[in-house]
Amino acid sequence: MNLVPAPVAATFSRIGARFDNRPAKITLAVLGVLFVYALPLLNIPLLTTPDSDFGGVLFSVAAYALIAVGLNIVIGYAGLLDLGYVGFYATGAYTVGVLTQYHWHWPFFLALPVAIVVTMIAGVMLGAPTLRVRGDYLAIVTMGFGEIIRLVITNTEWLGKSGGIAKIPMPPTIGTPPQPGEPGGLFGIPHISWSTFPNVVDVGHETHFLSFTVLDAIPFYWLIVTALLLVLLGDKLLKDSRVGRAWEATREDEDVAEIMGVPTFRYKLLAFALGAGIGGLSGAMFATRQTFIQPASFALLLSMLFVASVIVGGAGNRWGAVAGGAVVAYLPERFRGFTEWRMLVFGIALIVLATWRPEGLFPPRRTRRAKAAEAEIEELEGDAANV
Amino acid sequence: MEFLLHHFFELTISGLALGSIYALVALGYTLVYGVLQLINFAHSEVFMYGTFAVAWVFVFIGGKESSSSGLMAALPTLLLALVVAMLVSGGVALALERIAYRSLMKRNAPKLIALISAIGASFALSEAMGLRDKFAGWFGLDDNLANYVSKPRDIYTLPVTVNPHGLFTLGDYRVTDVDVLVIVSALLMMVGLDQFIRRTRFGRGIRAVAQDPESAMLMGVNSTRVVQLTFFVGGLMAGAAATLYMLNIGFTRQDAGFLLGVKAFTAAVMGGIGNLRGALLGGLVLGVAENWGAAVLGTGWHDVVAFVLLILILLFRPSGLLGDALGKARA
Repeated sequence: MNLVPAPVAATFSRIGARFDNRPAKITLAVLGVLFVYALPLLNIPLLTTPDSDFGGVLFSVAAYALIAVGLNIVIGYAGLLDLGYVGFYATGAYTVGVLTQYHWHWPFFLALPVAIVVTMIAGVMLGAPTLRVRGDYLAIVTMGFGEIIRLVITNTEWLGKSGGIAKIPMPPTIGTPPQPGEPGGLFGIPHISWSTFPNVVDVGHETHFLSFTVLDAIPFYWLIVTALLLVLLGDKLLKDSRVGRAWEATREDEDVAEIMGVPTFRYKLLAFALGAGIGGLSGAMFATRQTFIQPASFALLLSMLFVASVIVGGAGNRWGAVAGGAVVAYLPERFRGFTEWRMLVFGIALIVLATWRPEGLFPPRRTRRAKAAEAEIEELEGDAANV
Repeated sequence: MEFLLHHFFELTISGLALGSIYALVALGYTLVYGVLQLINFAHSEVFMYGTFAVAWVFVFIGGKESSSSGLMAALPTLLLALVVAMLVSGGVALALERIAYRSLMKRNAPKLIALISAIGASFALSEAMGLRDKFAGWFGLDDNLANYVSKPRDIYTLPVTVNPHGLFTLGDYRVTDVDVLVIVSALLMMVGLDQFIRRTRFGRGIRAVAQDPESAMLMGVNSTRVVQLTFFVGGLMAGAAATLYMLNIGFTRQDAGFLLGVKAFTAAVMGGIGNLRGALLGGLVLGVAENWGAAVLGTGWHDVVAFVLLILILLFRPSGLLGDALGKARA
């Protein structure tokens, strides 16, 4: 079963061998994670958004990445096109809003797991009746579901109607509680400023460690990156397990999978519930960061952007999803200088990306393998035709 | 409930009028889906460009000052607007096919990436309309064209208000000439399209490609032409829908296509996507059901009714009300 042509396989194994010692791999991973955490402090030239707060931008980049990883389970692994993902995002956000502020006053970290569970239940409730509908019909049914959630919120007194829920509490600060004019937290971490090179440490501009205030988005960024890393770890464990193989089989050919003894419906439902839960997690983070949510924040258009992040990154590859989410959230912010032109530029960028990389930025390895196999078959067929 | 019973005919007739507009737009989705198995997400913008074309024709002829007139007096301008809107929408649809889809189709790219390209095209088209003053400014025309391009992100109204005139009474509702015109002309368009697909050489080509693109190609059907034709015809229908929409609603905006597109797509799926008669049925059912639902539950639930109905229909008839694909339609 060697699908990769021999020379390619040899090259890959040589590259693989170079990284095949664990300490080096682990060091690289740790350095990478540290870099990701330090990113908002480093103010890297060109990367940093000139026109909006970089910490806030990074928060939404990480939030989109988290959503894309969740939606990737549904679209990429299980092969179900979900156009109503924003419904789960809204469910998570509103669960937190209702539990921590609107009707009860729970602490955020108690409301967070409840929000995830509630969204997972919502996922099962949507999935159980609708997953029997095939392919493209599923897309429109889920889209309808996303709209129903938003419209029901808009019309329900108990959920604040179109006015939304304000003053959602932030996560508790660790260390000294913040006072007006006093950021609190455990200790301050200075930012880096490149304009005063070589004296780069900017003591005047500090982020206080784990002090959650409206003024500084960076602690929120750390929080959501932590969630993202945990979700990525879980995603890897799941994908490499029996469950991941069952999803792959279901996606490639549902009937064959069923005959081979894979309970496809149950696995599809599982993918739906897990994806929903991650969407809920992300929505909960959004609620506590924004402190204000309203139905208009959960427009159908967001669903399209979420799907775009998964596909642009490369459906089926978790790192592709992270990259896609980052691209979709980052590009419009980076080009905020273009003000009114940015959405036009973004639309054109999506067309260009799609035309330039139809498999996504980082297609999963399987796609690459499948392509190589296809080329091989074509070559064989070509020979036969020439005889 | 009581409100529904008292206004039954009014709600039904206006639902049918709105529904026939949905149906005309739904045809575009259904045609493209039937041929390419692709959700043409940017079709809503094709419709939106049509609505602007209609308004511009009226401004071009009568100026920006608002006036009102009866349907008969407005009819010549309306006919001209219909032709222009159909051509504009058809042209936008052709450009869309060329820019956003053709290269992807040629390379046999995954269907999902075409959806992304469509979403991108939808953003770009809608934003381009919202920035039309800037484009005119490049050529120094923004003063000359101020009637057409100023305040590009605001609501753009049709300068002529067409006053509906009662024709006959149904129950306790006086059916107006506008209602009749909208419903009848939408039906005529659809019958015409149906006959075009069933009886003409072009229609046979479309059905052949929908059924089996490879065999169609082997039989000498130029599939690129067929795809172009499909987009163009879908665009023509969207232009007609835009004219009726402007007659009925009277204003548009650069994002006016979005919700209508979602509704029309819902209608197409409800009727069975890829099925022309299904699109008609889906549109009418959707328009009427929305009106009835809103009357019973309150206007806030207008759109909820549409989507709940869609989910219910798909649960019991998983491939829509009529469910047949374009390719299987017999001549």
